[in-house]
Amino acid sequence: MTVTTITPAPKALQKTVGGKTVTMTPEQAEAFGRELDALKERIIADLGERDASYIRRIIKAQRALEVGGRALLFGGIFPPFWLAGTAMLGLSKIIDNMEIGHNVMHGQYDWMGDPAISSRGFEWDTACPGDQWRHSHNYMHHTYTNIVGMDRDIGYGILRMSKDQRWRPYFLGNPIYAFLLMVLFQYGVALHELETERIRAGEITLADKREILEGIWRKTKRQTLKDYVAFPLLAGPFAPWVFAGNLTANLIRNIWSYMIIFCGHFPEDVQEFSIEETKAETRGMWYFRQILGSANLTGGKLFHILSGNLSFQIEHHLFPDIPAHRHAEISEEVRDICRRYGVPYNTGPLPKQFATVVRKIVKLALPG
Amino acid sequence: MFTETLTRRVLRSPLVDLLTGPHGVDRYTELVAPTWTTGEARAKVVAVRRQTRRSVTLILEPNRAFTGFRAGQHINLTVEIDGRRRTRPYSPASAEGALHIELTVGRHDRGLVSNYLYEHARPGMVVGLDSVGGDFVLPERRPRRILFVSGGSGITPVMSMLRTLRAEGFTGEVAFIHYARAAEEACYRDQLDAMTGVKVLHGYTRVRAGSDLDGRFGPEHLAAAMPDPGDDTAVFACGPPALVEAVREHCVNVCSESFVPPIFDVPVEASGGSVTFADSGVEVTDDGRPLLEQAEAAGLTPESGCRMGICHSCTRRKTRGAVRNLITGAVSSAEQEDVQICVSAPVGDVDIAL
Repeated sequence: MTVTTITPAPKALQKTVGGKTVTMTPEQAEAFGRELDALKERIIADLGERDASYIRRIIKAQRALEVGGRALLFGGIFPPFWLAGTAMLGLSKIIDNMEIGHNVMHGQYDWMGDPAISSRGFEWDTACPGDQWRHSHNYMHHTYTNIVGMDRDIGYGILRMSKDQRWRPYFLGNPIYAFLLMVLFQYGVALHELETERIRAGEITLADKREILEGIWRKTKRQTLKDYVAFPLLAGPFAPWVFAGNLTANLIRNIWSYMIIFCGHFPEDVQEFSIEETKAETRGMWYFRQILGSANLTGGKLFHILSGNLSFQIEHHLFPDIPAHRHAEISEEVRDICRRYGVPYNTGPLPKQFATVVRKIVKLALPG
Repeated sequence: MFTETLTRRVLRSPLVDLLTGPHGVDRYTELVAPTWTTGEARAKVVAVRRQTRRSVTLILEPNRAFTGFRAGQHINLTVEIDGRRRTRPYSPASAEGALHIELTVGRHDRGLVSNYLYEHARPGMVVGLDSVGGDFVLPERRPRRILFVSGGSGITPVMSMLRTLRAEGFTGEVAFIHYARAAEEACYRDQLDAMTGVKVLHGYTRVRAGSDLDGRFGPEHLAAAMPDPGDDTAVFACGPPALVEAVREHCVNVCSESFVPPIFDVPVEASGGSVTFADSGVEVTDDGRPLLEQAEAAGLTPESGCRMGICHSCTRRKTRGAVRNLITGAVSSAEQEDVQICVSAPVGDVDIAL
């Protein structure tokens, strides 16, 4: 069977960002893409021992925080132990999910050939099964970033995060849903691949998603047993402190990862795209969309590690499969390339960026 | 001993698996000691000897996850070089069931792993061990007369067989011919010469000094080592293909293994090589397109995503051959590596686990 597709001639893409018009012609996009490809090639050729020891150091620190935190929680009847234990366990879960899990599952360390940190083998300390995440995030979200109707990360099927999503009275509850999603973030992420919005719309039935649901159940069950049954029971009479510590650690992780992730694509001036605009997109135009559709966070080294270097969301979306600590190193160069092509580079401190996200959540609860 | 078994039992219990989930207990214990793993066989290098200028001998202390090997078999040895795991099969030279595994690695001129080990191996280094395999083994019913023939680094599996026989008190007749380029390149020369009850003949093919035999293997060498071989005689040969062929031509009842040094020079352009999708049992001729498209054209439906090399949904293990990354142009010939099949085109023959 032969399928003939008519490829429309590449055309310029124009967007209004912060009141200014940004244009990328096909010729510019070609050169822009070549420069970014060359940058990526240079990094890939340089990968080696330094990157391997970086991720191993991070893993070692995370496991130490986890073991130390859980040990301290066994003595959680003493408030300083409980506070320190909970903080350490919360940090451990943040690092496990962000700088290790998210990045390893992107294939950032696949070149090492170590099965323990390969994109296909890694499983993270959260309710969402790794294989489902790899599909919904690595493929759907990273390929179709910010294309309304294709990128399910725009509102996660629950929220209205773009004007181009049609308003319904349901969205009056936008701020409430957003708050609930924040505190229950790990379960929200776990349910993502279930595509509840399509089930509600009657496009698919729950039966179609049986395998997905089973996967979520298997993973969530083990995570729940571990944090809320096994570890508390092991602590005997101190079970309530361990239970409360684990619950709080999970909550800390939920809130932190929610804030970082929402600051990746929802701050003010981050662009969305229509399916029409991205038809027959070239590699250069794809890069252009990734930059316009992402926003960075400024901060210190520790902040970047705890954000899984998603504070370099722009670089992450350009090159999702190069080790994340490299994103920080190339950010100046990426910024310079953007400057030369007149492409805006959205960045700011967490409080400022998150405030614009909250404003958007509230504003879009109302029609318009 | 009892505490060791108990520790092992506890570490492998479902409760510990739950508590250390989702990573598993090995991911914690290995941070205390890299060889403290229950699932992955690993070994610590306890001694390094450089017997000749072209080889390095490693004495390995395997952990309890290692389940052993039979004399003559090979083990996949994994070492990490510049952040990348590299795996190569080597045949131990030590006896079956010995406490330590002895590996003698011959250096290839452009061999990444062999040269790395020669230059950098040191006691304390940790290596991975897996995939013990190979049919080049002694029969359960030992033959009465045995001739071993080896060339170069092919000496290791037959050395293992010889040492195994001696350890079990073998009383039959044993002869050993080993070929090397020169006396100073002959591994295990002193150990072989010190053995009693074994007729050892050395053949040096480039620098003849000290050679017991002239030229290449033939009827004369056979007659000198093991006259009148009969039905009760078995020959075990390991070495370069030419040596193994010569042994097969002049002897009966031959069990052999041949090794071909890895190929390092890969052609830059796609060459119409044969592409094997091993799990599906499908073989196609390379047409230059990405492996994913070629698999789909062959009627297979591997998982895939972005088709532009960013999402890693299509990543598969390449078990043999070289591929070119169509984005970076980089050619990669490492064995046992994961490749993104949507942006990888074959360079010559390639096996993919798909």
